[in-house]
Parts: sequence; C-alpha cells; structure tokens
Amino acid sequence: MDNYRELTIDSIREGLKNKRFSARELAQEGLRTARAENASSGVFLSFCEEKALRDAGAVDRKLAVGEEVGALAGVPTAVKDVIMTEGLKTTCASRMLENYVASYSATAVKAIEAAGAVIVGKTNCDEFAMGSSNENSAFYPVRNPAAPDRVPGGSSGGSAAAVAAGHTPIALGSDTGGSIRQPASFCGTVGVMPTYGRVSRFGLVAFASSLDHIGPFSRTVKDSATLLGAIAGRDPNDSTSAAVPAPDYAAALQADVAGLRVGVPKEYFAEGLQAEVGAKIEAGIEKLQSLGCEIVAVSLPHTEYAVAGYYLICTAEASSNLARYDGARYSRRSERSETLADMYRNSRAEGFGAEVTRRIILGTYVLSAGYYDAYYRKAQQVRALIARDFASAFEKVDAIVGPVSPFPAFKIGEKAGDPLQMYLADIYTITASLAGIAGMSVPCGKSSEGLPIGMQILTNHFREQTMFNLGHSFEQAGGFCG
Amino acid sequence: MPPLANRSAGKPCYNSSFPLGRAVCKLMSIVDAGLADAATIAKYEPVIGLEVHVQLKTNTKIFSASSHEFGNAPNTQTDPVVLGLPGALPVLNRKAVALAVRASLALDCRVNRYSQFARKNYFYPDLPKGYQISQYDKPLAERGLLDIDVNGTRKRIGITRLHMEEDAGKTVHDGFSDSQRYSYVDLNRAGAPLCEIVSEPDIRSSEEAVAYLNELKLIVQFSGASDCDMEKGQLRCDANVSIRPRGQKEFGTRCEIKNVNSFRYVKQAIEYEIARQAALLEAGGTVIQETRLFNTATGATAGMRGKEEAHDYRYFPEPDLPPLIVSDAWQQEIRGAMPELPPAKRRRFVAEYGLSEYDARVLTLTKAAADYFEAAAQASSRPKTAANWVQGELMGALNAAGKKIEDSPIAAEELAALIKLIHDGSLSGKLAKEVFAKMFAGGKSAAEIVAAEGLQQISDTGELEAIIADLLAKSPQQVAQYRGGKTGVIGFFVGGVMRATRGQANPKLVNELLKKALDG
Repeated sequence: MDNYRELTIDSIREGLKNKRFSARELAQEGLRTARAENASSGVFLSFCEEKALRDAGAVDRKLAVGEEVGALAGVPTAVKDVIMTEGLKTTCASRMLENYVASYSATAVKAIEAAGAVIVGKTNCDEFAMGSSNENSAFYPVRNPAAPDRVPGGSSGGSAAAVAAGHTPIALGSDTGGSIRQPASFCGTVGVMPTYGRVSRFGLVAFASSLDHIGPFSRTVKDSATLLGAIAGRDPNDSTSAAVPAPDYAAALQADVAGLRVGVPKEYFAEGLQAEVGAKIEAGIEKLQSLGCEIVAVSLPHTEYAVAGYYLICTAEASSNLARYDGARYSRRSERSETLADMYRNSRAEGFGAEVTRRIILGTYVLSAGYYDAYYRKAQQVRALIARDFASAFEKVDAIVGPVSPFPAFKIGEKAGDPLQMYLADIYTITASLAGIAGMSVPCGKSSEGLPIGMQILTNHFREQTMFNLGHSFEQAGGFCG
Repeated sequence: MPPLANRSAGKPCYNSSFPLGRAVCKLMSIVDAGLADAATIAKYEPVIGLEVHVQLKTNTKIFSASSHEFGNAPNTQTDPVVLGLPGALPVLNRKAVALAVRASLALDCRVNRYSQFARKNYFYPDLPKGYQISQYDKPLAERGLLDIDVNGTRKRIGITRLHMEEDAGKTVHDGFSDSQRYSYVDLNRAGAPLCEIVSEPDIRSSEEAVAYLNELKLIVQFSGASDCDMEKGQLRCDANVSIRPRGQKEFGTRCEIKNVNSFRYVKQAIEYEIARQAALLEAGGTVIQETRLFNTATGATAGMRGKEEAHDYRYFPEPDLPPLIVSDAWQQEIRGAMPELPPAKRRRFVAEYGLSEYDARVLTLTKAAADYFEAAAQASSRPKTAANWVQGELMGALNAAGKKIEDSPIAAEELAALIKLIHDGSLSGKLAKEVFAKMFAGGKSAAEIVAAEGLQQISDTGELEAIIADLLAKSPQQVAQYRGGKTGVIGFFVGGVMRATRGQANPKLVNELLKKALDG
C-alpha cells in the first residue's frame, strides 16, 4: 500500500468499496508504520493489534455481505491516552496509572467504534494532559514528524504526530487550554476544539472539568468534520453535554464563504508574536479575503488577563480532580508506607511528575481558605469578562481568525526549564477555552526552517459548521501550503 | 471481605485495603476539669444546634445507577462513578431531588429555585474521588422550622438549611486477620443520597434536642422522603454544643460531637458535654472549638486531635454538574402530593375524633398506626373506643409478639367489628378481650369466634329471669340476709348468675333483674 500515509476518510471509503484494500490491511499497515517508527518517534504508548484486527475484520465482513457501514468504517484511528478504552491500558502518560486498564470506554470512543473506526493504539501526551510540549510524558517524549529534534506541541502531541506522520488519518485528542490546537499547529495538521458541551466528556480523564474537551485531529478539514459529527451530541452520562442537535458537518460542508465576516483581534497581533508567524497568519487572512470574506478589526480587551485566569481555574479544578489518585484503590501505591498519611504522600510523590505536582500545589493554594476570593473567584470574573469579549465580537463577525501559538515548534528541552514561559505561550488558545467557544487550527504554511504554522479559526458556541466551512474553503484554495 | 477486584469483573488493579494509619484518629483530651455538678450546670445555659443526615428513599445512588440497599455483600453496589474511576462523571438522580424537596417542604423550608453542588475536598479511603459532592453556599432549601413540645410547652426550632450530598463508604477497622496493619473499605454506601438538615442554635437542653429529633424524624418519615431507619444508618446526627452563663447574650465556644447514632446517645452526649464544659469554665478554663467523638461504652466525649483534622475543605462549585433548578411548577407538584404530616394529623385527630392531645400524639407516632387507627375509627364510628383499643390491647399484643402494626394479624376493620359488638351490647368488655386475644392468635374474625364459642352476651330477659329464680330458690339464707337489709350480698347473686352463664350474662341486665326479683 504505497499511498497509505495520504489516505483520508473518503479515499478509504472508496478503496474499501472498490476492494483496493481491506480494513484489515489498513489496520496492519497503520500498525506497521507506527510500530516501526515508535522507538524514535515516541508517538504511541501502546498498540492494540488484536483488537484492531478484530474490529477491522468485522468491518470487512460487513462490507463482504453488503451490510451498511458507518462513516468511519475501517479508518485506522489513534486515541490519546487520557481517553478510556475498555480493556486497553489508559495511562494518562503517568506513572500513577502505568498499569491501569480501562474498565469502560468513553462515550466518544463508543461513538467512533459504532461508526466503524478501528483503534490501533493509544497516543503519548503530557502527563494528565498538562503541558504544551509533550515533554511531561512520564515515559518518553514525542518527536515532531516535521523536525525530529523539536517538540510536537502538547498536550495531545502523540495524536497530532500520529496524523502528521501518516500513521492514522484521524485521531482523538483532548483540549483544555489548547492541547489539540497547539500540537495541530506545530505538526501541521487540522485540530479541532469543539464548543464546550458539544462532545461528551464521559471517559475523558478529568484535568479541568469546566475546560476539558475531546476533539479531532486529521489531515483535511472534511475529515475533522466527519469525526466531530460522529462524536458530537448529548450524552446522558455527562450532565454538561449539550442538548443541541449535532448536524452532519461533513455533508453540510461548503466551500463558498463569500460574505462571511471574519474578525481579526488586534490583541492577538501584539508584542510576543514571532514576526514570521504573524506574517503567515496575515497571509492566511488575505487568502480568506480573496475568497470573499469581509475582514473586520475586532477587540478582545481582556486577553491580557487570560493566562492568569486560566491557570488559576485549571489548577484549582485539577487539584480536586487528581485527588482520586491516592493509592487506595486502582492507582499506584507506594510500597514503603506504614500509615495512611504515608500511603497518600508516598504514592502521590512517586506517581506524579513535576508539572502535575506543580499544578496540584498551585490549585490547592488557589482554593485554600483566605485565598479563594483573591484567586479563584477573581479568575471566574476574568473568565466572565473574556466570554463577554467574545460575545460582543461575535455580534459583529461570524468568525475570528488569528495565530495559535506565538512561535512554531521549539527544540526538545529548549523551554522545559521555564514553566512560566510555557504558560504564557498559551495566550491565543486559552481565551477560547475560557469562553467555551469552538476553535480550530488549520495549517497555513511553514516557517523558513520548514516548521508548520497553524492559523486559528474561532466561532461562537455551536457554530462549528461556519468554522469548518472557512477551514475547508481555505484548504481548497491552497491555504494549507501558505 | 473479598478484594474489590474480585467483586466487579473488568475493574482491574484494586487494592482491597490500605495501611491502617493509627494516626488518623488519635484520641486525647487537652484539659480535663472533670464534670460539673447539677448546681454548677444550672448556672449555665446550653446552646445546641443539630445537624441531621437523612438518607433519601431512592432505588439508586445520587449520581449513578447502583443500588444503595443496606446489608449486601461488600463492594457489590459499585460502578465507575461510585468507584471514582478516571473519566467517570456524576449524573444527578431526579428522584433524590424530588425527595429532598419533599423533606424541605415538610419542614417548612423555602426551596431555592436555583441551587448548586460543590466539592468538599478531603482525603479518606472511604471517599473514592477525594472529594464529596455536596452543596455549600447555595443549598437546596433554607429557613424552615419545626415545633416541639417539652414538659407541656411548645417551642419553635428554626431550621437553617437543607442541602443534598452523597454519602461516603464505610471503613472497617476490625475483624480481619490483618486488622492490626490494614483497614478495609466497603463502598456499597458510597454515593447514597443524603440530605443534611441543619438547625438553628435554638435548642437549650438535651430534652429539647431529643424532642426535635423525634419530631424531625416523624415529619421526614411521613413525608415519604426517608424511612429514617437508624439501625440502617438512614438517620445520623451530629450535635453542636456550647454553654454560656445564664443571662449572657453571646454564645460560648462550641464543640461538635460526632458519631452519635441513637437519640438516647444524643441525650447522653449532650449532657456529658454540658457538664464537661461547665466544669471547664468553672475551673477558669476555656472551651476549645473542636470535633469530639462520643464513646458509647463510657458515655463520654473525647476530642479528635491530629493534623488531619485541621480541615480546609477547599469548597468550590462542582464543574461536572450544572446548577440545580427546581421550577415553581415542580415544587407545586411535590407540595400537592405531600401526605398529611404529623402536626396536622394530630390537630385533626383532636378536632375530628375528640381525642386527647396525648392520644393524638401516640397514634401519630407512625404513619401505619395513624392509618390503622383512622380506619378502625371510621369503620366502627367509635373513635375514642378505637383509640383505646389500638393504644392498649393492640399495641400491647404487637409489642409482646415483636410485631409492627403493619403486620398486625387483626385488620383495622376487624377490630372495628369487635368494637361494634361491645357497643351494641353483644360482648362485655371482659369477653371482648378474650375474643381479641383469640383474633390476634388465630386470625379469625370476632363474629366467627363469638359464634363458634357461643360467647354472645346473654341479654335475653326471660332466660336470665329463669336462672335468677332458680338461684334464689337454692339460696334462701342469702335471700333472707338481703331482704334483712344486707344488700351487699347482691354480689353473691351476681357471681352466681355469671357462673351459671359462663360469664356471658349482660351484667347491667343481671343487676336490674336481680334487684327486681329480690326487692320483689
């Protein structure tokens, strides 16, 4: 199979139909390429060959008898290791859950399996999805397929790299403050953070519950639209999932975006944005203008408070969400403990890495008596102001476009010693996270060093269709190549 | 107890136990001034507030579909939510909310249209998520009240709030071969739906506290929100106790007494605490605000000390659950379906059936008793007699047989039939008790027993006159005595007639006919 790495959902459907390959052959090829490169790429934490071949075989049998198959039939898929997959290890890239086997599957996993997707493995990520470079994996880092000495971004670096390297045409990741969009931008793939509540979080290991999302990675916008269509919708197991009907985004995809008003926030083009990145985004905006979009200057005046607000809220929630890893039941238990307090202390000290520990300590502090009002409550106020910024901007525009990250992929180890600089680089993605709106990263060319650069398209709550249409028309017009 | 892993297939890597950590509950007393005597205690006024946890009567847990039935094999009632597995999310049980609203309305609380769940963060092995989902600054209901009667005086106790929360599991420290080193956890109860009812500090004595608890339990039971079965842990109580010199306005420093699971122990614990605090203040000491455990064996309270107890629960709004909205329409629907509650029922029993306050109270101690009484009263049209029989013979027989009124072998309608036989003169009171005993033992109706054993009261004048004539003829000496003025010997004749009729003669009629015959 010489073009495996270029396959899309559509071409797989076509190829299966014309018997150019079987689902089983696709799964084998995906596993082969991923396995062969994993020692150097670090993309996967585990593979599930037996299950993949079984699931692919089921698709083949259905096709053989002319039975109806789902939208993702036979599509090799990678799933970030913070998403529960029944019977498979789900480690969160943490020593804490090093040997944890999921006893149930996330709603999103069940949905893609029902649509015929073939899961081939679980992807590497920052421990408990905390990080922007994948260097916080407790096991090994992921290398950027575009530049092996560089990070793939994070926290869903493995899923982004799996798609970028062509191991799987699609992948599931999770985005709390940019964890899909930023690695998509670094690796040169499409990555989508849907509206908060659009996709069930049931089975997604909680980092910051009010900010966590499951979302797609793919090489084309249409594939992300198809994948999101498969996982979107209300889930009775997630009270925060929305009872908003989920349309068939891929079927409704339109390349004609003439007349759409596209907002450009001045705050996203201020100090800190690398010139080369800024230039690529501006070129992308011009491309949209050439497609008939009306470009409108907008302001998101509270952007400067976003990083502080975000890191107070997400660490506060994380400190509580990660309390369950206490060594008492399924998580790692330190063997050198004689008392209950020791068991907690030692198990957590041994099980959690430095970044997770830092965030738990920060979040615990933020919620502590006497500090709650100054930090957590204040951060909620910031969050409300940022949401209001977007609400008023979306009165004027259909979408907002800007950078994903101030710079392209950096070298492994380059920023690891300075967590604050890492946090500050999340500025363009966390605003949308705080507002709960939809966001997507699409490739918009490469830096002079050949590093992918992503452009972010944001739309209002549940307006993913507009976002996909913009991304799709941009892609069709050659925008991905800059 | 088997390890959790064996109990739930597919749930891997469970540790069944955890290091005991004796440090968790180090018991020690800080200052000990002993207990004050009655005279010293009398100088102080106790101020008491109670926190009552009531388990709501749902089939499933508050945030998941597992049962919380009492008494099943450990760790058989779990699921990803209860176990706090990674990725699991809570979904609020609508029935639990409906029952909590019911309890709120029954206690005259105002139900908030908008309330919110919050996380209470602390580590303990019986709390799988490391936080308890509770309500904090936006509880379900507030500002309720409840009237108690103590020593013939009515008093109103305020209810500050009622909020919903999940129960924790149970930690078992004893009974295992390795109990010296490990404790075990049973999560069957974890996630059971609770409402916590917090009183105002309006209670001034242990008697008032017990009266409050009894009335609260009764109202909640009648509302249908909970069975309040204390043996199954469905009602649990913590008491906040402080004292102040009589006449002083400011409250003293309070202690919270936990682990009190019967009303008798609540009374003992409060009395102990009052005496302890009084002695302490009298000796010039100060009360330290702390949590104390009641020891049922010694009847004493002791302070829980240890750094684990210096809790900062770091409450914050539960992000996994949207705000809880109780619409006016839903509230009205629940209010409309509210059964009659004990205070109203008592008033009605007094007004409608002419019962005494005391009888009305006794007959409303359980809904089953009230229903039984009312059925018997209506079927017999003799409410006072029915009240006496229910409280007297029936309750007595039930107690002796160890049965509940729900399981009474005599249906209310059958008791009513018996009462009718008394009132129409067919049965004497004495015979009626015999018939009752047979009904209770055999399950036959009064009419059947009376017919089978020929127990009807003899009210036939002709039959009795013949017996009397015969008796008088056989007892000339006594007749002479009577006619000579010693009328007391009439008892001799009454006894004779009763013996001759095996007690079935209508005593009133016998007296009349005897007088007629003797006075001639």
